[in-house]
This record gives sequence, C-alpha cells and structure tokens, in this order.
Amino acid sequence: MALPAEQSELPAMEIGFQGETLLIDPRGCLYWPREGMLIVSDLHLEKGSSFAAKRGNFMPPYDTHATLERLALCVTDWQPKTILSLGDSFHDNDASLRLPQSCRLALRQLMEGREWIWVCGNHDPEPPENLGGTFCTEMMLGPLNFLHEPQAQFRYGEIAGHLHPAAKIRRRGKAVRRRCMVGDGRRLIMPAFGAFTGGLNVKDAAFDNLFESTELQSWLLGQNAVYQISGSQLVP
Amino acid sequence: MSQQFLSSTGEKNLPFFLPEPFQKWFAGHGWQPRAHQLELLAKAQAGKSTLLIAPTGAGKTLAGFLPSLVDLAQTPKPRPGEAKRGIHTLYISPLKALAVDIKRNLEKPIEEMRLDINVETRTGDTPVSRRQRQKLNPPQILLTTPEQLALLIANKDAPRFFDNLQNVIFDELHSLVTSKRGHLLALGLARLRSFRPNLKTIGLSATVAEPDDLRRWLVAQPELGEIALSEFVHLQGGAKPNITILQSDERVPWSGHSARYAMGDVYRAIKAHGTTLLFVNTRSQAEILFQELWNINEDTLPIALHHGSLDVSQRRKVEEAMQRNELRAIVATSTLDLGIDWGDVDLVVHVGAPKGASRLAQRIGRANHRIDEPSRAILVPANRFEVMECQAALNANYLGAQDTPPLLRGALDVLAQHILGTACAGPFHADDLYREITSSAPYADLNREEFDQALDFVSTGGYALRAYDQYAKIRKTEDGTWRLSHPSIAQRYRMNCGTIVEAPMLDVRLTRKRGKNTAFQGGPILGKIEEGFIESLAIGDTFMFSGQTLRLEGIREAACYVSKAADTDPKVPAYAGGKFPLSTYLADLVRGMLADEGERKELPPQVREWIEIQKLKSILPKRDELLIETFPRGDRYYMVAYPFEGRMAHQTLGMLLTRRLERARAKPLGFVATDYAIAVWGLRDFSAMIKKQEINLSGLFDEDMLGDDLEAWLDESFLLKRTFRYCATIAGLIERRFPGKEKTGRQMTVSSDLIYDVLRSHDPNHILLQATRADAAHGLLDVRRLGDMLSRTKERIVHKALEQISPLAVPIMLEVGRESIAGEAQESLLEEAASELVKLG
Repeated sequence: MALPAEQSELPAMEIGFQGETLLIDPRGCLYWPREGMLIVSDLHLEKGSSFAAKRGNFMPPYDTHATLERLALCVTDWQPKTILSLGDSFHDNDASLRLPQSCRLALRQLMEGREWIWVCGNHDPEPPENLGGTFCTEMMLGPLNFLHEPQAQFRYGEIAGHLHPAAKIRRRGKAVRRRCMVGDGRRLIMPAFGAFTGGLNVKDAAFDNLFESTELQSWLLGQNAVYQISGSQLVP
Repeated sequence: MSQQFLSSTGEKNLPFFLPEPFQKWFAGHGWQPRAHQLELLAKAQAGKSTLLIAPTGAGKTLAGFLPSLVDLAQTPKPRPGEAKRGIHTLYISPLKALAVDIKRNLEKPIEEMRLDINVETRTGDTPVSRRQRQKLNPPQILLTTPEQLALLIANKDAPRFFDNLQNVIFDELHSLVTSKRGHLLALGLARLRSFRPNLKTIGLSATVAEPDDLRRWLVAQPELGEIALSEFVHLQGGAKPNITILQSDERVPWSGHSARYAMGDVYRAIKAHGTTLLFVNTRSQAEILFQELWNINEDTLPIALHHGSLDVSQRRKVEEAMQRNELRAIVATSTLDLGIDWGDVDLVVHVGAPKGASRLAQRIGRANHRIDEPSRAILVPANRFEVMECQAALNANYLGAQDTPPLLRGALDVLAQHILGTACAGPFHADDLYREITSSAPYADLNREEFDQALDFVSTGGYALRAYDQYAKIRKTEDGTWRLSHPSIAQRYRMNCGTIVEAPMLDVRLTRKRGKNTAFQGGPILGKIEEGFIESLAIGDTFMFSGQTLRLEGIREAACYVSKAADTDPKVPAYAGGKFPLSTYLADLVRGMLADEGERKELPPQVREWIEIQKLKSILPKRDELLIETFPRGDRYYMVAYPFEGRMAHQTLGMLLTRRLERARAKPLGFVATDYAIAVWGLRDFSAMIKKQEINLSGLFDEDMLGDDLEAWLDESFLLKRTFRYCATIAGLIERRFPGKEKTGRQMTVSSDLIYDVLRSHDPNHILLQATRADAAHGLLDVRRLGDMLSRTKERIVHKALEQISPLAVPIMLEVGRESIAGEAQESLLEEAASELVKLG
C-alpha cells in the first residue's frame, strides 16, 4: 500500500508482520497504513506527579507535556484515522484526574476528529475520567491482536507493550543501549513511549519464553533512524 | 602557673598555661613543647580560632588537640548523678581511617598522663548501638567525618548534644575545603556556631597557595561583604625531601600509563629499602603493577595491594600488617593519600605523573614521618610527557611552590541538602537560616534570591509549574517557621545525606565457573567495581581485580559474579585516563621545558633527543604559543594542538573544534584528547584548507567558541547528564537508598537522564540545572581553564603543515582509536551493527 509522498519520506522502517505492513517510527510508535492506525504503548502520563503524590519525590512535572508534545508530532506526520494506546497510558488510576488543564486540552485536541482506543494496562485498569475514547482490555483487528501484557501462550499476531524493551549492542568494546521494538514474526512488543519510562533489556529473564529465540529481531530506536539488529547480536 | 611566650609572628607576651602533668610528660620523653604547639595553645586559651600550617611530621595533631586536652584536664568529669555534658571537642577528618588512627595516637598521651578523658570515633562503620549510646552519653572528644556531622546536626537533639562544645578541629583542611564535602561541612560549622557562638575552630593543613582562603573558612563571615580571618600559625620548612626521577636503562614508552618498563628497577629499589610505598593514580594501574611485581618477585617479598574498591576487611588486613611492619611494599591509590601515619616507610615510589606539585609533596610526606629527616622518593614516569611532568614537579617541589586549586563558591545542590537537614532538626525561620548560611565562607556571597530558590526546591521541587504545592515537604506555618510536613521525611533524609556520589558500583563476588543454565552461587565479596567497566566486558572476559585474574561469569542485580581464571594475561581495562587533571602550574612548567633548552638539561637523554628532533622536524612552541600541526596519515588528515591544559579541558575543546570544523566543511570524523594534546582527524586535507584560507586558525580557536557552540553542545552532552545525576542525588531529587530496598545505579542512570532531558526543555533555569552548569564549568568540562588558554594564546597560534607525523605527535597518535564515544558516534555504531545484519542476510 503506497504512502502519501510526505509520509514516505519519514525516517520510519517498514516491516512485514503477519502479512501486514507496519512502519516503525524512531520516536517509538508504530503506524499501520492499511487501517490508518497509530499505535503507542506505555505513555505513563502523570508519572512525575505520581511520585510526588505517593513518595514526596518531586520529579519535574513536565513529563506529560513532553510525552504529548512528541505524540502530537507523530500525529501531525502520520495523520492517523485511529490512535490506539496500548495500556499503561496513565501511570495510576488517579492520574487522569491530576492531568493539568493544558495537558487535558492537548489530549482532547489529539483525539478530535479521529477514533481513540484505550487498551487497559496494569497501571490503569479503569477507563480515564472525562476523556472519552473507547476503552477495552484487548482488541482484535484483522490478523492482529492488541493487548497490554504479552501472554504466556503463543498467539499469532499479538502486539503488546508492558515490558518497555530496550536492547544493547557492543562493538569495538563500546556498548550502546536504546529503546527498541522486539519480535519474532509471531509476536511484537512495543517500546514505552512515555518521557519518564526507562527500559528493560530484552535479554532479561522477563522476556524468556516469549519469543522463538532463533527468530528474534530487534529494531533499535536511534536519533533519527530505526536500526534492525538480530537477537543474536544483542548483549545483556 | 601562667607562662609567656613570643610568637612566631613576633607577637609579644602571648600568655599560655600548660599544667604540670603536661610539662612533665614532655620532659619525660625528653621533649620540649614546640613553639607552634604553644602558640596554638595560647591562641585557643585566648578564645581565638586558628589555622595551623605545618609540614608532615611536625606534631600537628598534638598541636591541634593540646588546647582541648589542657582544658579537659582542668575540668573534672561530672560526678555520678550530675547531668551529663555534651561533647567538648569535635575532630573532623576527611577519612574514616584517619579518625581511627588519631584515636590511637591520642590515647597514648592521655594514658601516660593519666588524664580522665574519653575519646571515641563515630564513622559510617560505627555500630548503631554505639551511635545510640554516644547520643545519650557523649564522649568528651568525638572523632568523626563530615557526613556524620551532617547527620548529627540534622537531629532534633543536636542543640543538647553540642551544648558544651568548645573546640572543633579540622584535619587536612586543605583537602576538605575544595569539594562539595567542604561546602556541606562549612554549612555544618555555621550551624554549630549558632548553637555555640563562642566556638573555637582549629584548622590543620599542609601548605597551600592561599592560606587566607582557609582562614576565612574557619570563622564566621560578617555581613555586607566584609572579610573575617582566623589567627594563623605557620611553621615553615622540614627537611628537604630527596626526590629523584627513575633512571632506567629501559626505553621510556611514547604513551600509555602502565610503567611496566620500569618494574625491574622498582623491584630492585624495594629490595634495597626497608618498607616502600608505591603510589599510583588509578585502581587499574595499581592492579597491573601489583601483578607485574609479583611476576618478578623471586625473593617472595611481602608486597600488598591497597585501593578503595577492595573489600573493607581486606584493606584492614593490609593496614594492620603494615603497622606491624610485616610488609616490604604496598601498592596503593589515593586511599592512603592523607595523613595516616604508617610508621617506618623509608621510600615512596610514585608511579605515573603526579599531576600536581602539591599532591606530590603530600604523598612524599609519607616517607619518614619525622620532620628533621629528609624523605626519600623516586618518581617513575610512564611515558615521555610524564618524564617532563615529573621533572617539572620535582623542580616545583624544590621551589616549594604550591598549586592547590582555588576554593569554589558553595554549590546550590549542597545548600538544598543542608536546608532539608536543618528542617529535620526542627522548625526554622528563613531569615535566620539565611543569615547563618551566609556566615560560612563558601556561601558568603549567596544572595537571598538563590537561597529562596533553594528553599522552594526543598519544599515543592522549585518548578516554574507549581504542580506540587499540595505535597510540600516543608511548609511555612502560622508562626512564620518552616517545618517538616511528615517525620518520615527526616528518616529518608538520613538515608540520602552526604555529598559523595559514587559512580554506580557492583559487588564483585567469587563463584565457581558456571556450567550452562546453572544459577550463580554466592561466594565471598572481593570488593566493588565500577558498573561502567563491567558493562564493557563480555561474559568470559578476564580482568584484574584484587591482585588476581578473574573471569566474568555474569551480572545479577547489584553484583557481578566472577571465577578465578588460569589466564595470566588478562584483558586489562583500557586506561580511562588520569583521575586528576594536570595542574595549571605544572602545565606551565612543561611548556617552559619545550620552549627553553636550559630548562631541559635535567631530562634524561632519550627524552631530550626526542624534543631536539621535534625542533628539527617541526616547531618547538614558545611558552605562550599554541602549536598546531597538520599532516596526512593513512587515508585521513590530522590536526594536532598542544595546549597542555589537561584531559578534561581538551575533551571540551575537542567537542567544540569538531563542531566548528564541521561547519567549515572539513568533514571531521573524531578526536582524541590527552593531558597534553588534542588530535582531530577528518576526510579533508587540513593543511590545504588552511593554506587556501578555508580554515582560519585564529577564528577556529577564538574564545567565542565558549558562547553559542558551548551552549549547543552542552545541551546534548552526556557529561552534563552525569553531572546532573550527581547534583540531583546530592540535592535529594534522586534517592540513593530507600528504606528496605537499595536502588541500583543502573535504574538510577536511566531515570536521571530522562529527568534531565525533560527538565532542560521545560524549565531551563531550574536550580538543579544551574548547579549542574556550575559544576561542569569547573569539573568535567573545565571550561574556565579552556577559556584562560584561548585568551592566553590569542594571536599566538603557530601552525606547521607537515608531510608526516611529528615526534611530539607520536604519543597522542598512539591513543587514536581508543577514544570513547558519545552522541553521534553511538549512532554510527548502531548503523554498523545494522548493516552487518544486512550483509549476513
């Protein structure tokens, strides 16, 4: 499926998955041209204020602004019909209540004129207050199956988040670590999009048994490009 | 019985009182109290604070404690049933080990004079039970560290604990004041003065460039920019040390830092002396040399290893063996730098360049801890530039010149920590606290706006977007005081107090070599190692640690598991550069050596020849000139500059130069920096571009690079992120530990980088970013020194276009390819890894 000229120039990487064409944006989101759908995972909105509320730890209260600004850029570039937020969109159940007014407006603006799907996550099992959109625990569309936590049993076409994958390579004695998309042709796990979200190395035990290790591929998010690196080249 | 005494500065009739038991004690040992000891006593008895500067071995410690001992000998202890008194004298040293050592030295005179005085230590190693007991029943003399003082004053019982405090003694003051530890300590001292306005301070210091800086530090600074100074007792002299540079028949290498070539000579020197201390600049150097020495130790001389990463119990064993005179040599890093008395050391070997003349003097002071006998020391330069540096340091030591760093303005992150600590002790008025803080020398010029910013940071994070007012940690209450909002905040403060932020460290645990899929079995802990170093290794790589070759088996949580390797030739860590930058003073002397033949006559022939050949093939720059050479090599073109300003300043220069060369379309590919020079390489012919005036050298090296280019680079610099992590930890934004669970450095690094990015783009004037920039300017980036160099060499750039590499360029060219990577270079590694996949596929 041909992209409009301005989109084909974006530094995204095209991959085939379950017969579908998907585009990995180095900013950490996934675009599905056939459906006009933009997928992001683990926004963790209001993570900063959650620290302040629970532990008196005053992280800069700008993470939601930063996350939404970056998302807005992606939306401008891809002009999606649908946006799917793949769980842990909010850092906790009260987070949507703490949204600063400016962020609430920014979010509404992003939602306007398109369909918005909230998939629930372990951090946000309840739908956000007064924001609209469709709320679900899992969503199936064509061959693809979207849910927050990857399932222990193999199901073809699963796209999940939750684990915040990051990958590390070492070359000439130097290590480089980046957030990444990771998959084996049957399953894809999305990187976390939120400004305050760290990463978990895909060699960590949490990823054990999720993939066919010989088929493992990772797509590392660079500054302005996506780098495909096979699982065998990654280091713990 | 009062006596009178003529002071060293000619002050007449300085009365002092030395009770009879003391006089007898001196006489019993066949001693006379020394003039500086009596002078200090007299000043303290007159209620004055004093700085004592004296060389090692001059009885500085006794001088410092004499006023307290005399005073306490006169005051009977409270009888049973009488109210307990708080401590009388507080002694603060930069090192835990020093406090322990001083206790031993103090107990001797106390015992011999049968004085009823109890002395106790309180450090991070002191068991909780004893710390509790000390609070209820304080000793008369407490020996402690800056961190413990910060904890003591953050306690609500602090005023009672210190209500009898008379004297505070600061040992090794010169080394305390130059860091953030010194800032926190200065604030602590200001607090103590609020409890006890007539408190006397005594500073003990080695020779420094600006004694007045320390004199200010010791006393309360008046308002309105006036300056107050403490009294000053200065004891000159001491026997001139006997220092030589190792004369080896072996060839001195062009570059590198291991000094392996000299180990045969060093071993012979150890054999010829009773006990030798071998000082090196880094842990990895210590490990390498320790192994090299044991490789040739045919006589199996007892040679031990001592550095800060080793496990405490191992270090103690070595220290005890040293005190029992069982060792012939000890290879050590700066953990042994300061005034610990090691008894009968009769030779100090200093491996690698000393980097500063003062540091050298301090280390050499270790040998023969007696003032009237000369110390013996041998300098072992590891490469040819270090030969010049050693010679310069040697000249400097004979001149008695000092290059201690200037004192810096008090850091804002430390201030934030102190404000929270103050609140932990009890409610305070902002006006009072501001007055108290500005009475300390490092914060004397802190303006009210900065103070209020710090207060706001402690309260709610200090963000322009006032999102956290409802969660404030400290709040202003109706009576106008600021109070903690919850007692648990004090508990957390205690876990995070202090200014020493270590690079993330992993425990090194010995385990058996692991078969596939078996779990790690926990073995003994050998010590701690930098996480960054371990991460650069692959499983199965071997490295040196605690004198053994170890094989990395894996990393789990905060430990790396290793097994003993049969391998005798380990994959040794690439030397990560000196810990200390070359001092400005030594750099100037080294430049002088290049410029002036007369200055070179002391250098060994092979180094002199090297410099002579440079003169034939290229140029020897004059003292105030900056030499730049350009030449082709392989399929690349190089530009080498020789500013001699230390690795950190050069690294900053390198980042800025490559930016500018990029703009000039010179296609720079990378650079490498050493303490002496910087080399940039690229794809276009620099010589030709300079000839055609496509590159204008004076424009390229113009001071204006410290403007926009610096700002732009700083924004993306990983160095700044690291600095930010330090500041954020000290200020309490990032917690070191949390009750019940230790956060690993690994997680912390991730989140502090993210925090930095978000903060920089949304609140660029935040107090933590101010603190970070201030640190970077002096520390990691050394911007100030770079600026001085650029302005000094303005209009004094000499350029030489060469057909091939010059002799002076050889050392830095050997470093090319070992450069560390950051930013864009990381992307190129990713690209490389990705393209390899394509090839394979």
